Parts: sequence; C-alpha cells; structure tokens
Amino acid sequence: MAEKTERVLMKGNEAIAEAAIRAGCRHYFGYPITPQTEIAAYMAKKMPKIGGVFLQAESEIASINMVYGAAAAGMRVMTSSSSPGISLKSEGLSYIAGSDVPAFVVNVQRGGPGLGGIQPSQSDYFQATKGGGHGDYRMIVLAPASVQEMASLTVKGFNLADKYLMTTMILADGTIGQMMEPITFEDVQVEAYDKPWALTGTKGQRKHNIVNSLYLKSDELERKNFERYARYKVVEENEVLYEEYGMEDAEICVVAFGIAARVAKNAVAAARKEGVKAGLIRPITLWPFPKKVLRQAADQVKAFVSVELNMGQMIEDVRLATECRKPVSLCNRAGGMIPSPGQVLDSIREAQKGVC
Amino acid sequence: MAVVFQKPKSLTDAVLHYCPGCPHGIIHRLVAEAIDSLGIEGEAIGVAPVGCAVMAYDYFACDMIEAAHGRAPATATGIKRCRPDNIVFTYQGDGDLASIGMAETVHAAARNENITVIFVNNAIYGMTGGQMAPTSLPGQVTQTSPYGRDVAHCGWPIKVCEMLAALEGPEYVARVAVNNVKNVKAAGKAIQKAFQNQMDKKGFSLIEVVSACPTNWGMTPQKALEWVESDMLPYYPLGVYKDRTAAKEGEAK
Repeated sequence: MAEKTERVLMKGNEAIAEAAIRAGCRHYFGYPITPQTEIAAYMAKKMPKIGGVFLQAESEIASINMVYGAAAAGMRVMTSSSSPGISLKSEGLSYIAGSDVPAFVVNVQRGGPGLGGIQPSQSDYFQATKGGGHGDYRMIVLAPASVQEMASLTVKGFNLADKYLMTTMILADGTIGQMMEPITFEDVQVEAYDKPWALTGTKGQRKHNIVNSLYLKSDELERKNFERYARYKVVEENEVLYEEYGMEDAEICVVAFGIAARVAKNAVAAARKEGVKAGLIRPITLWPFPKKVLRQAADQVKAFVSVELNMGQMIEDVRLATECRKPVSLCNRAGGMIPSPGQVLDSIREAQKGVC
Repeated sequence: MAVVFQKPKSLTDAVLHYCPGCPHGIIHRLVAEAIDSLGIEGEAIGVAPVGCAVMAYDYFACDMIEAAHGRAPATATGIKRCRPDNIVFTYQGDGDLASIGMAETVHAAARNENITVIFVNNAIYGMTGGQMAPTSLPGQVTQTSPYGRDVAHCGWPIKVCEMLAALEGPEYVARVAVNNVKNVKAAGKAIQKAFQNQMDKKGFSLIEVVSACPTNWGMTPQKALEWVESDMLPYYPLGVYKDRTAAKEGEAK
C-alpha cells in the first residue's frame, strides 16, 4: 500500500478500491461483471488482511441487499458493478433510499441496452440521475474524469453518503476503470458521523431501532418524502462540483463529463488555436447538476455542445439548466465508441457557425 | 401472587395486525420466548420480510430491519458479517423465502451463513389476498389457482427442508408445526436450538414452521388446523432434516 504522498501507478478500478479502504470501508459485497471486476479482485485480496469483509454474493441483487444490511448496521460499505448489474441493484437502491441509510455504489459503465457490450459508455446517465429504482429518490452521482478522481471522489463519496444518509454513486466508464495513471492519496480526509439509528443490538440500553421503508399511512409516507427532499435540497445547495476550462471569454460552451470531458478538453484547446472561443464546463456532480453555472453561461455564450457517450441524455439537463436560452447540440458516440477530438472540434465549429 | 404466564420481554406492546386465528402470533411468541430464554434480546437484530409478517419490526423489541421481498437472508448476511457478535434472524413466509427469495435462501444456506431463519409455510400468499404459493399443495384452490393447483401446468410445491438438507452448507434444518399444543412445544424447542446454534457459531439454521391461513384458505381457525394435520403434514413431514453436530456426534459414537 502506498504512503500518503507517494505517487503510484494504478488502474482506475484499483484506485477506487484502495481509496475506499482508506476512507474506512471494511465491507465489500459484489458480483463479477466486466469492466469493473478489478475492484472485487482488489478487495478480495486486501480485506482479509486488514480485518475487513469481502464476500462474493450469488447475484447483484443479493449483493446490494447485503450492502443494505451492512449500511443499516452502521458500517461504511460498498458494492460495485457495471450497467446490467446496476439495473439489478436498482430495487435495493430504492430500499436504501427509502430507509435513509448511507451506501457507496460504483457503476463502471458499459454500452447498453440489454447485455450490450463491454466497451466504455455513459448510457446510464438517466438511470443514475433520474432514479433507476422505483419511487421518489435521489443519489449523489459523481463522475470522475481521471484515475486520480476515481480515488478522491471515492473518499468524498463515502463522506457525503454518511453526511446526507443517502447513496453516493460513482458513475465512471470502462475507460477510466481500465486505464492507468499516476495518483496520490494525499487528499484523503475521512469524516466521521454519528449513527444513532444503526442496528447494533439494543444492549438493553435503548428502545429498539428500526430501519424501514414501509409507511402504510399515506400522510406519514408523504411526510418522509418531504423530509427527504428537504435534505436533498441542502445537497443541491452545498455539494455541486464542476470544472471550468477556457470559459472566461467562451462563445461556445462544451459540456461533458467523465472520459468524454477529457476528449472535449483537447477539442476546446484545438478550437482556440484556430481562433474559435470555446470553453468547457465539466460537471463532476451529475446530481446535483451544476445548474447555476450553466444558467450563467447561457447569458455569455452563443451555443452549447453536449458531448456524451450515449444517444443524448445529459443534454436534457443542459437544456433545462440553460432554460433553452441558447441552442444546445449533441456530439455523441454510443455502444462503446468514443468520439475523437476531431469529431468534437467539428461540432464546435458547427456551433460557432450557428449550424445547430 | 405467582405469575405463571406473561408476554415475552422480546415482544413489544404493539397490537398484532394478523387475522383472527392466524398462527403468526404463536410463532412470534415462540421466537420471542427463545430470545428471552437465551438472554439475547440486547444482541438480537431481526429481519422482517415482505408478506404478512412485513410489520414484524413493530412486534419484536430488538433492533429490526425491513428487507426487500425475498432478500432477507442477503440483508441478514450483510448485518451478520459486520456484526458477528450480534444474533441475526430472519422471519419469512413461503412466497418470500421459497419463491422470489429462493436464490438468497439457498446461497445463505450453502455459505453456512451464521444466521437463524424462521420460515413460516402456510401454503399461500396471505398479504396479497390468497394467491398460489410455491408451497401450495397439488389441487389447492387459491385466487390464482381457482380450479386447484394443476401440477401439470405450474409444477409441484417445493419441499424446502428436504432441498436444503441436500446441501453441504447448513448446520440445522428442521420442520415443525403449530397446529396443536404438542407441536407448538416442539416448535419452540427447535427455534431455541436454531438460535443456540448461532450463539455457538455453528452456522445456518432454518426452522420451517408449517402454519395455517384460515382467512385465505376459507376455513374456520379450527378447520384450518385440522387441514394442516390431514393435508399439509403428509406432504410436509415434520422432523429434523439436517443436524450436522448431531450427525458428527453420532459418527463419534
């Protein structure tokens, strides 16, 4: 294990696993699926040596319900999967949300729908940010664009989950999961939160704790929903993260997250070289979505280009955030394909010409 | 005056929502009595199912969680792996355990997960109003088998104890009933053993309790208990299907 300031070369998936351990996670439940299995392999190797638990469950469904139990028991716990597996976990995510327990879930996305493929994708944006499971609920969705962010957002994700009693999801993709970059763990800050609601056994000292999402009285269920959304409102006000690049004088704003933002940044730099004032806004939190900065950008720029590895999902949030004040075009690849900087540059040029 | 009978400490004062004549009350009591007599109320964490016992979290005085349908053994696994010194049990019906949750049941047993499973088999989905269960008997009339369960169409009821006993994993698998005083007493002993096994870190114990559902069977409570004897028990014979410790001791002799 690396020392705090040492730079180490790691795969994105391994960075998540190591960062989770450093964040105090000692319980991992999962099921194999490409392209994220390195997380499970890393945990299987490490957890027994540090007094933690790695358990390969019989299914994605079982693993998320093990997470539910462990979270209810007050532990920092995680599971990881890829797109089809996250669909299976969605029922459990809804229960976890309805029971207000903190969980940490990783989705290293692959192309879909159905069994799809195993190449990188961002086509679970809707699933992650709009629900996936049933009922009114939100998850904090973090979108790393580098191996370093895989690690630092993992630590942040555990802290946020405990702080707001909800699920934090890392929405990565197969590229960032598989690629290797040098990283450090110097920014690991573990925040501790009391969990008086946790299942520990009463020890005869208190009334029994109940972790539950069932409320048969409609008014009570309504009240729980309103309380939960009041908490979500605080998240929206305080936890938005994004990166801006070249936005000071930008006329064309590219919006992209994750690996698509890495490609888009190159395209923005290339556009500037040929005199097109392009800039990039990279949402790091997909929920809460960086609405304010996009709304402000709408007063400044001529057009937006949403760059995505899907058929156009985040673009809906870009249009909502900008209140459709400026045209928003889509530059996309799907099914495991990744746009080249040239393709994004073409889209920037077209936007500049007003061909949207 | 000497108290000769009272409510177990491990039950709350909440009024049970179960139908008149439903044996869930008896089974709750047996679980609570086992917890009381082993002195583990402060350590116990219960997992409620989806089904008639969904609100068991209001009735047991220990820490409780309400699981997704069929997932109680997985949720219990998560808790037990985090808190191995607590006593973790699930309380599940036949639809929950033997239909939608069969995978979780089998794999928890195969892992010899050190938990206690109370499986209430009344051969019907009660909460949703009386549909065919994985344990409904051949010919049994339910809302979704209105002409009687046709095994040529929807297969045979599942004998959970016999099936789990075929696995290497589980420590203790037994079937009991609560249709008469003798059987209730035997059921209480088996349930207590299932908790004791967990305290002794022996592993997975499952007690199948053959129960009745007068409301959805369309019978009086008395007639329902008679039907348990005449129809249920011939298909679901009572007994210990697996007891690894006893088997080992037998070998030693």
